[in-house]
Amino acid sequence: MSFYLFRAGEDPGPNFAELLRRVQLPVEIPVNQNIGDVRHGTTIAALRYQGGVVMAGDRRATEGNIIAHRSIEKVFPADRFSAVAIAGAAGPAIEMVRLFQTQLEHYEKVEGLTLSLEGKANQLSQMVRTHLPMAMQGLGVVPLFAGWDDRRDLGRIFTYDITGGRYEETEFAATGSGGRDARTTIKLGYRDGLARDTAVSLAVEALFQAAEEDSATGGPDPIRGIYPIVATVDSTGFRMVSESEVGDLFAAILERRSSLYRRGELS
Amino acid sequence: MSMPYYVAPEQVMKDRAEYAQKGIARGRALIAVVYNEGILMVAENPSRTLHKISEIYDRVAFAGVGKYNEFDQLRVAGIRHADTKGYSYSRDDVDARSLANVYAQYLGQVFTQEMKPLEVEILVAELGPTPELNRLYHIAYDGTVADEQRFTVLGGEASAIAQRALDSFQSDWTLSEALESSIHSLTGGERPLGMEDLEVGVLNSKYGRRAFHRVEGDELRALLGEFAL
Repeated sequence: MSFYLFRAGEDPGPNFAELLRRVQLPVEIPVNQNIGDVRHGTTIAALRYQGGVVMAGDRRATEGNIIAHRSIEKVFPADRFSAVAIAGAAGPAIEMVRLFQTQLEHYEKVEGLTLSLEGKANQLSQMVRTHLPMAMQGLGVVPLFAGWDDRRDLGRIFTYDITGGRYEETEFAATGSGGRDARTTIKLGYRDGLARDTAVSLAVEALFQAAEEDSATGGPDPIRGIYPIVATVDSTGFRMVSESEVGDLFAAILERRSSLYRRGELS
Repeated sequence: MSMPYYVAPEQVMKDRAEYAQKGIARGRALIAVVYNEGILMVAENPSRTLHKISEIYDRVAFAGVGKYNEFDQLRVAGIRHADTKGYSYSRDDVDARSLANVYAQYLGQVFTQEMKPLEVEILVAELGPTPELNRLYHIAYDGTVADEQRFTVLGGEASAIAQRALDSFQSDWTLSEALESSIHSLTGGERPLGMEDLEVGVLNSKYGRRAFHRVEGDELRALLGEFAL
């Protein structure tokens, strides 16, 4: 079975993706024709607060105009101190996350050190760039990356485009088909130095608004108990926001909005 | 054309074994023991950065003694084995036994076919789902594998240290008790071993998916303090 030793000049070092290429395990599937509708993940958002970042994603995957999955997850821990969320073709996106997670852990174990947050962001950028040939055939993957930078003591957010371009956002970011609505909602409620709870409810509100306007974004589903995934990263690390907390926040939004309707203040 | 001298295979093997043993005996020893929450590994190591004990995978740890560059290369190969396996199959499919076999195969091959055997002894430790399933695979320079369930000793003076460990072993001791006893086993009580001489690692499921944890700094000081008083 696989035991990989290399000569000094040929050693891939702590780079897991490079190791896979050296040992010729396939990373990317070549596609030469339009392969039609595949599953797509939609709205993801992130914003900074005092002492951390919050990241959120809805739970819907679509295949053309069909709802393909109701409880897909789009927000993942990248490692202990960072989170990655995905929008775009779900298959390659989830695979990219798996490779990214393995890559960060592999580096950490081989080197005995964790990568800097910027190093992690650049790694993801390279993976998105490697994916460009598939993106050109309609299988684009657009991730969001956020984490705690322990060397600068602050939460940071990075966005990407399909060419692997990496852009740092100082306040908030959202992408995917409902990204515009989510971004506008966050923009209206965003202040510097938000408290964690306010930031979490703002992220939830953003997904709610995105789901109202965008058919590919899933809203809260109290019937099945499926709610968007929300996670925070601060100096103590990555943490999922509990389903009950997210559920309560949605219940509060629904309650507030329906009372406004009843009083005729919203139409 | 000159004919190579004939050397009896017994002699070749004996010389290589002696060479490897000498190299290993020059280094300090390492002991791994199970305790009530997992597996403890203790090495005499004055360096803070050149580790003898490290993480391979979620529930698998590696330890090596002998020549640093040789066992470190094996450590990295082990991480590659585990990560590629976990990536192509699933995290649950990575296990210490298969890794130990791969190491044994490689060490055995080098021992019989290369000019110079590797001057290392290594340990692959795995935290089992229950304490009875904890595994310590001890692999010698010639590829011999031993499967231990309670403790194992690597490096020079291994037999004396193992005897002391056998005399003091308790199946359900705490981390602090296991550490105290391991240090005693390493030194025989003849010389003091301070914080700066020790490298300590544990596998304990309380640390989450990645069960490996390096015990150092204040945490180690506190543990050592518990029995120094």
